[in-house]
Amino acid sequence: MSAKEIRLHGRGGQGAVMAAKMLASAFAIEGKAVATFPMYGFERRGMPVIAFTRFDTEQILEKTQIYTPDLLMVIDPTLLSLPTLFDGLKPGGVLILNRDKPLADHPSENLEKVGVVNATHIALCEIGRDIPNTCLLGALVKTTGWLNLTSLLTALGEYLDGSMLEKNIRNATRGYNETEVQTWDL
Amino acid sequence: MNALADKHVKVITGNAAAAHGARLCRPDVVAAYPITPQSEVVEQLAKWHADGSIDCEYVTVEGENSAQNVVCGASMAGSRAYTATSSYGLVYMYDAMLNTAGYRAPVVMVNVNREPPGIHAVCSGQQDMICVRDSGWVQLIAENCQEILDLSIQAFRLAEDHGIQLPVILNYDGYYLSYLAEAVNIPSVAEVDDYLSILKTQPKRPTLIPGQGIGCGSHGIGPGFVEARKKHMDALDRVYQMVDDIDAEFDQAFGRGYGGQLEAYRCEDADIILVTSGSAVGTARTVVNARREAGIKVGLVKIRLFRPWPIQRLARVLKGKKAIGILDRSLCFGWGCGPLHMETKAIIPTIGEFIPMLGFIDGLANMDITKEHIDKMIDDIYSASKGNSYQEVTWLP
Repeated sequence: MSAKEIRLHGRGGQGAVMAAKMLASAFAIEGKAVATFPMYGFERRGMPVIAFTRFDTEQILEKTQIYTPDLLMVIDPTLLSLPTLFDGLKPGGVLILNRDKPLADHPSENLEKVGVVNATHIALCEIGRDIPNTCLLGALVKTTGWLNLTSLLTALGEYLDGSMLEKNIRNATRGYNETEVQTWDL
Repeated sequence: MNALADKHVKVITGNAAAAHGARLCRPDVVAAYPITPQSEVVEQLAKWHADGSIDCEYVTVEGENSAQNVVCGASMAGSRAYTATSSYGLVYMYDAMLNTAGYRAPVVMVNVNREPPGIHAVCSGQQDMICVRDSGWVQLIAENCQEILDLSIQAFRLAEDHGIQLPVILNYDGYYLSYLAEAVNIPSVAEVDDYLSILKTQPKRPTLIPGQGIGCGSHGIGPGFVEARKKHMDALDRVYQMVDDIDAEFDQAFGRGYGGQLEAYRCEDADIILVTSGSAVGTARTVVNARREAGIKVGLVKIRLFRPWPIQRLARVLKGKKAIGILDRSLCFGWGCGPLHMETKAIIPTIGEFIPMLGFIDGLANMDITKEHIDKMIDDIYSASKGNSYQEVTWLP
């Protein structure tokens, strides 16, 4: 496994930017080179936010946005209807989706695998607010196997402490355990 | 209370790297006003000040103009003074910046590059630093998060050197670097103390002393004015060698060197060269590497020192090349091209020969300078090097 590119789609306040950073830290714990940044204009709650995370075994030099992702993470289920969502997805691509039910159709011909979890429901149970980001990171670990759950849980500790850390560890672990993986033969 | 570990690698943003850089140099006075995309720098320093992690005077101000006046006054009183801003904030402190430079107050300031007023854009772009080009400040540009931290430390070393005594701006791209998180090696305070200790061996710079009458640039008429201006220009001339020297010292101390005024990447045997700065350099490296593998002899020049302009070193790198491209993330109003392009044109007499120069305007207002764009630039430069006609300035995308 060499370079992978991940594009996260969320809304301001849901933790897309934080999730992208946590994911980068988790890969860094496993010795990978990482680079992550969000792209938005004004900081506004509820506005669509995109964040990019790269990891590689080699040094990452490019400072561009991501146009051909290996993986898409959709933190807000309403963004599934975004007409440009699947733009550039590589063949064999993966989708990590916050949704209360699996996909009924195959939304992109390059999509091979979807990890679906009702992360909003889990976040409301575990955190008490709709912050589904860490739950979806657990789902990513389960769906891709690109990193270990322990690395992710360790990385959460770089950003959170006290009860918020405990709640998010439960949130991520439940994401890992409760994700349903759908696959298509391409 | 100090929870900051002394030495380790952490995944942090460019803004956090800037804050760490400032913290490690132990400023006496910090005064800054938050503005997107710089806010995280100010928030982090304020947090460290509140929890006792940094021991400085932290002056909360109602705007950037006051921030600059505070750090200017503090610096003139002998303090190590630091501020950070961006875009509207930078131009709002313009008159005060001119004072800081004219008074030779060695303030260090981070400017997170963002489009300045005119067309309202909360977006990346280097136009803000171009607006203050002729303010008499030294200006540096960083390429990545590690360099932001390292150059913050070098900036204090440079500003406060007895032979320089000039304020320094450290620029880095908003969004593409301010919010980019990468692995950054954070040195210890002791290591940075050691690196900066040479400043303590130098003669003490003149400072304001309460009760004593000392003129610090407040008035200058006729010859006194001219003398002060000439000395300022002479100090800027000394910056060239000093930037190269302190970068070499930094490499010795920390194992990371950046080339001083500029980095010439794969230029030695190159026929064609692309000149640029900031985050675009990282992307350009990957394209240059790929083109080299395909047999194109292309090199890359990264401008690290923007003011004073690295006339001699740049001319040496460009001499004998067949064509040069210059990628700008801002505009030079009145010249119909980008500022780096205009400045490169101005050194043709120093280069001593005419070389086709192709300007490219890209990356305004958060537009992404992609690998495809840089590929196209290299195609155009290559074509010009073969004697084909070329467009002098190309706007992308």
